[in-house]
Parts: sequence; structure tokens; C-alpha cells
Amino acid sequence: MSENYQRTLPVIDDENRAFWHGGADGRLHLMRCQDCGYWLHPPGPVCPECLSDGVTIETVSGEATVEALTVNYKVWGAGMQVPYVIAIVELAEQKGLRLTTNIVGIDPDAVTIGMPVRVVFEQDEDVWLPLFEPRPA
Amino acid sequence: MANSGVVISGIGQSAVGKRLDRTAMGLTVDAVKDALANAGLTRDDIDGVSCYPGARPDMPHFGPIGANQLIDALRLKVNWYSSGLEGGAQLAAIINGYAAIKAGLSRHVLCFRTVKEGSGGASWKDAARARTERSRVWGEYQWQLPFNAISAMQWLAPYAKRHFHLYGTRREHLGAIAVNGRRNALLNPKRMYDKPLSLDDYLAMPFLSSPFCLLDCDAPTDASTVIILSSAEAAADLACAPIHIDSIGSALTTRPSWDQVDTPRMAAFDAGKMLWDRTDYKPGDVDVAQLYDGFSFLTLTWLEALGFCGEGESGAFVEGGARIALEGELPLNTNGGQLSAGRTHGFGFVHEAVTQLRGVGGDRQVKRDVKLAVAAAGGGPMAGCLLLARH
Ligand SMILES: [Zn+2]
Repeated sequence: MSENYQRTLPVIDDENRAFWHGGADGRLHLMRCQDCGYWLHPPGPVCPECLSDGVTIETVSGEATVEALTVNYKVWGAGMQVPYVIAIVELAEQKGLRLTTNIVGIDPDAVTIGMPVRVVFEQDEDVWLPLFEPRPA
Repeated sequence: MANSGVVISGIGQSAVGKRLDRTAMGLTVDAVKDALANAGLTRDDIDGVSCYPGARPDMPHFGPIGANQLIDALRLKVNWYSSGLEGGAQLAAIINGYAAIKAGLSRHVLCFRTVKEGSGGASWKDAARARTERSRVWGEYQWQLPFNAISAMQWLAPYAKRHFHLYGTRREHLGAIAVNGRRNALLNPKRMYDKPLSLDDYLAMPFLSSPFCLLDCDAPTDASTVIILSSAEAAADLACAPIHIDSIGSALTTRPSWDQVDTPRMAAFDAGKMLWDRTDYKPGDVDVAQLYDGFSFLTLTWLEALGFCGEGESGAFVEGGARIALEGELPLNTNGGQLSAGRTHGFGFVHEAVTQLRGVGGDRQVKRDVKLAVAAAGGGPMAGCLLLARH
């Protein structure tokens, strides 16, 4: 067992592979409907807005805004480093398009709702976790 | 008023507590016998069984007993039975039973929720904690767990923080829910704590996941709670006053997701709207409210979702605690709630609502003629609520 707490990673499948592997080339990939332009998350085979099958992987800017957050102080397992920030961020591309993530590169107590952030990836085995760090507004 | 044709005919509950020396099935049978006696029914009358969440071998403390096991243990003969996790939160089992009676499939449905969480870990958290080799997550929780957002506490804390941000809600408001629950629990023989709790005690607690501290989280327990539903046509044969299910909220019009929704709103608002859309009663008619407090913040959410106050106004509504106390204008979580009377997981709120409506709450009985009660359960994308009336 590792000295550090290990994150629980996702099982990679055909629908989520682009999301969890995108960070290999430093890009955040989501699915987008080619008919109506709607961004889908979580990924799926059909556009939930217009029911088109024409959904494909596209790259987003990686820019987002902190919408909600918590600072976790509880140690959930041996080796877990606390405190850390869990946040829901809204991606710049579409209202309501959100990810749960960690905010890194800043004192946890300094993270605020409305803070502009950008994606930064942390590789763990075959998964590239999209984390977010502060960016200039 | 709406007359649904379905009543709560009997309620029952096992002992409640940490590490009880009684198996999950033993607790369940205790609660069944209690409820049958309360209703004046025998097991031969029961022709339907409904359970939340069903037997969950992957989470044995969370879902130790399902419908099949109980049917077999008591050799019940049913026309309809069902267990499941998806639906109107924990009250899905009662809402499903209600629907089965309305559809004419059953006449007396035994609904139950058994937990053994006072004897062991709640759920997947333990898997995350105790594993010796690295595990992976499949399905909907892949969007939270990889970010060490492991527990419902951490999924809901951002909702609370956003509520603070938008509406000026403060820790004192969460604390008012915890303090109210403890005060009521001290009048309830079935409670998890014996020590009084002040707001200062609450505020002195450190954060686990801001703005939540330990006192914002309910107390895992061992318990089984049974609610027997009957066709109103059978009400004349019953031992106790039948409690009418006047209305139900089971709606989900927002996305079933922890993070793809407009926080701090959650499914409770959908269920609450449906409940009032189906009755002539108004929030102001309610005499007691039993509102889910798996986390203190959820009670604030339900107060808003059920229209007891405006959206964003729940903090001010509970401030100081007088309004929600036993002698207040809206007595809330009169048995102590899950925070102080144990995580009976949704069913305890229905049990307590019926207790108050029948006027048999003993030391904690609200001193007024309680005719209308609301019971609500769930948080995040799960929500269910009942409006219960004594005619
Ligand atoms: Zn589309």
C-alpha cells in the first residue's frame, strides 16, 4: 500500500474515455451535439436537448468559475492530506455545464464562490484528473 | 380536502441504538409485530410488502434486509411487493405502497426500513477506507469519488456554502436545527444522546467539511421502522385512528445529479411543489413538520421547498429556535430527528408524524390539536414527502 491516500479512480469505458484521458495532451474533452451545439455532461450517446445522435468529442477552453465549494478537514483514510477543496465549477462554454473537482494551487481558505479558475491535470495511473487552479479574471 | 383513499393504519419500531445485540431480521420482526398490533391487523391481512432500499449485500449495514427476506421469514402471502433505492428518497417505499393500494393490487401494505449502521459503516465510505487494493468506481459516482468527494456530507456541504453566499445564512442557523433536535430528543426515550446541546457547544465544534461539523450529521443507528398502509375502506376494522395520506410529493423535474443542478436548489423543491399541487391544504395549515435532517442543512432546504418560508429565508425562519420548538408556531422534528434520535432513515419522520397526529407523543407531544403533519425525506437528487391528516 502507498504511503499516500489513493483516490478512487473511474472504470474507463467507451463513453467516458475521452473525458478521463483528455489530459494526456493537456485538453479537457466533453461531448457536444453537432446539431444544436449543446454540451453534454456526463457523456452519452444522444443529445438530451434535441435527441440527435450526432454527438462527438470536442475540446473546451478549460476555463471555469467556482460555483460552490467546501473545505474538507476530515481524514478519510491513512495518508490523506487535509485540508483540501471540493468545488462545483461551471465551465465557460455553457450555463449549467458543471464539474465536481478540486481547487489546487491556492490556500484552501482563499477559494471563493465566483473565483475564475482553469483546468490543470493530475495523472494517476491511466486517468488524468481535471483539477482547477486560479486564473486571472 | 383531497381524499386519497389510503391511510396509515399502523406504525411500529424496534429498539433504536448503537450496536444493539439483535440481528437486522430480529429488529425488523420486532417492528413488524409492533406495527401489526398498533393497526389491529394480523400477518394474514398483509398482502403487500414495500422496502427501501432492499437487501444490499454490497452495503450490509445500509441495506441488511429486503422484501424477499421478510416475506420468507414471516411466510407472508402477498399480491404485490417491491424494494428499491431509486424513487422519492427513503419514502419511495411508502409512495410505492400507496400506489399499489390505489391501483387495487393490495389492501394492506407493510412498508419497512431496517438499518444496522449503528453496528458498522454506512456504505461505500468503508470500502474507500478499508481497501487493501485499489478499487475503481463505475457509474454515476465516478464524477465525485475521484476528487475525494467520498461522502454525502461533502456533496451537500457546497450547497450549504452557496446558500450562505447567496442568502446570508450562517452557522447559527444550522446550529438551530441541531439544538432543536437535541432538545426534543431529551424528551424521547429512544434517543442517541443524553447530553443537552447549546448553540455555543455547536459553534465550538470544528469543521469536518465546511460549513458542516459533526453535529450537522445524523447519528448512525440500529433500528427497524414499519409503516402499514391500508385502503381507507378497511379503516373501520382498525385498532387506532387511521391517518389519511392527503397528498404526496415524488416529483423529479431537475436533473438526477449532485452537481448538474442549480445549487443550492435540489429535488426537494420538485417534490414540495407536487405535494401542494395535489391538495387544498396550505403550508400554514400544518401543525407539525418532520423534515429530513440527515444533514442539518437539508431541514433548511425542506422548510423552503415545502413553502414554510420563502426561498433563501430558512435561516431567518429558524434563527433562535423559538418558531420551531415544541411550543412554537411550527414544531419541527419533534422526536429529535435523525441528528439526535438516530438515522432511522426517513421512516422515523413518518413514524413521528403519525405519533403526533394521534396525540401519543408523551413528554414530547405538541400541546395543541395536531390534525395535519408533513413528513419529508431525502437530499440532493432524492426527495419524497407526505402530507398526513387526521380527520
Ligand atoms: Zn442537440
